[in-house]
Amino acid sequence: MSSFDWGIIWREAPFLAHGMALSALLVVVATAGGLVLGVVLALMRQSSRSWLSVPAAGYVTVMRSLPLVLVLFWFYFLVPLALGRPVGALASALVAFVLFEAAFYCEIIRAGIASVRAGQTQAALATGMRQSQVFRLIVGPQALRAMVPLLLNQIIIVFQDTSLVYVVALRDFMTSASIVADRDGRPTEMYTIVAIVYFVICFSASKAVEIYQRVPAR
Amino acid sequence: MIEISDVSKSYGRTAVLRGCTAAVKRGEVVVVCGPSGSGKSTLIKCVNGLVPFDSGAIRVDGVSVGDKATDLPALRARIGMVFQNFELYPHMTALQNVSLAQIHVLKRSRTEADTKSRQLLARVGLADKLASRPDQLSGGQQQRVSIARALAMDPQAMLFDEPTSALDPEMVNEVLEVMQALALDGMTMMVVTHEMGFAQRVADRVLFMDGGEILEDTPKAAFFAHPSTDRARQFLAKVLSH
Ligand SMILES: Nc1ncnc2c1ncn2[C@@H]1O[C@H](COP(=O)(O)OP(=O)(O)O)[C@@H](O)[C@H]1O
Ligand SMILES: [Mg+2]
Repeated sequence: MSSFDWGIIWREAPFLAHGMALSALLVVVATAGGLVLGVVLALMRQSSRSWLSVPAAGYVTVMRSLPLVLVLFWFYFLVPLALGRPVGALASALVAFVLFEAAFYCEIIRAGIASVRAGQTQAALATGMRQSQVFRLIVGPQALRAMVPLLLNQIIIVFQDTSLVYVVALRDFMTSASIVADRDGRPTEMYTIVAIVYFVICFSASKAVEIYQRVPAR
Repeated sequence: MIEISDVSKSYGRTAVLRGCTAAVKRGEVVVVCGPSGSGKSTLIKCVNGLVPFDSGAIRVDGVSVGDKATDLPALRARIGMVFQNFELYPHMTALQNVSLAQIHVLKRSRTEADTKSRQLLARVGLADKLASRPDQLSGGQQQRVSIARALAMDPQAMLFDEPTSALDPEMVNEVLEVMQALALDGMTMMVVTHEMGFAQRVADRVLFMDGGEILEDTPKAAFFAHPSTDRARQFLAKVLSH
């Protein structure tokens, strides 16, 4: 037991890759779905009609105060009840991730829009643009630029949080690695490679943002 | 051209404009001055409907600004506005800043718009800055781009809200010169400014505001020779001593 067996990483690579594929799927779906729903929530929250803004604000507050594990559990049990038929762990996890992340993306989008000075909107309106044009041409692009670091940060958090799907018996990257670690008694090797992979992915992503921010806007 | 009749406006319980009445005729240059917080920006932003008012009426070229049925975007497209903080679009070049509304509001082709933008940027002395972005320009240059942006819409009147207040002193004149040339061209202008030299050279009339009221609406010569209110006298003494 004293010597390490690094070869196990290569032997188990297909199994780990399978876990990574699930993690990637969760990140992509949670981000895409979360952004779409987040935009809807953000628009509702800034509406002057309280029957739109109050539920949206309540939703965001509740989701942000719950642990993701709880939300995962909930949907695992609730979605089949609501639909009247089993939907499987993956489908319920995807739904849970999207609904959970939407609350965070909503707040990121709001922060991005709020970071654009009111004077920009006034200047654009003063040239005769309509509200929708002001958003599309002036506020949107500037808000997006301000949002990129926050969005990336959130995507990294989602990636790290995918490890929680073990509670509904799914195997993401982290869970796959820990299964091998337990089964073969190789925790050092497996958790080292997990740490390296997480670090490389997250580090390159934040470097990419740094470079993006240094490139002047077009 | 611009008729403001008995306009009042409050934010919550603070009255910001109290029964303001004034008019700017076609081709006239009217300077608006007064202490900070007296309601100058609010008044000028009511003229193109950027700020809604509570009572009274404003008509621009016969069109009622406060009327719900009025197409405000169409009205604003005919009135240029220049802001204290320039408010150029930071994600676009000078040329794109000037062309944008021509393309999206006036539906000019990009070529047509860019040609016009080049002419205007040359007219304000920035022919060599077409591809510069706002953060690469000095304050005076940015303000001249923003004047070009407003002129690109072929406005019938121009509104200026303290166009030189955010500038370093050495850049004030390059902007005032552009404005003076505009006035000589016959542009109808309503200018909020503390530049009394500009008012003396260019204005037809001077409005003095304090506490949300227009206390004076006087021909330039009379305003500078003998302002009729004490508050205007004190204000003049203060700004002229600078
Ligand atoms: N959006 C706003 N909400 C509340 N109060 C405002 C707002 N805008 C301006 N005010 C108040 O209205 C008054 C007049 O402001 P403003 O028109 O900007 O004055 P000026 O341009 O003469 O300095 C000030 O007391 C200011 O605090
Ligand atoms: Mg002001």
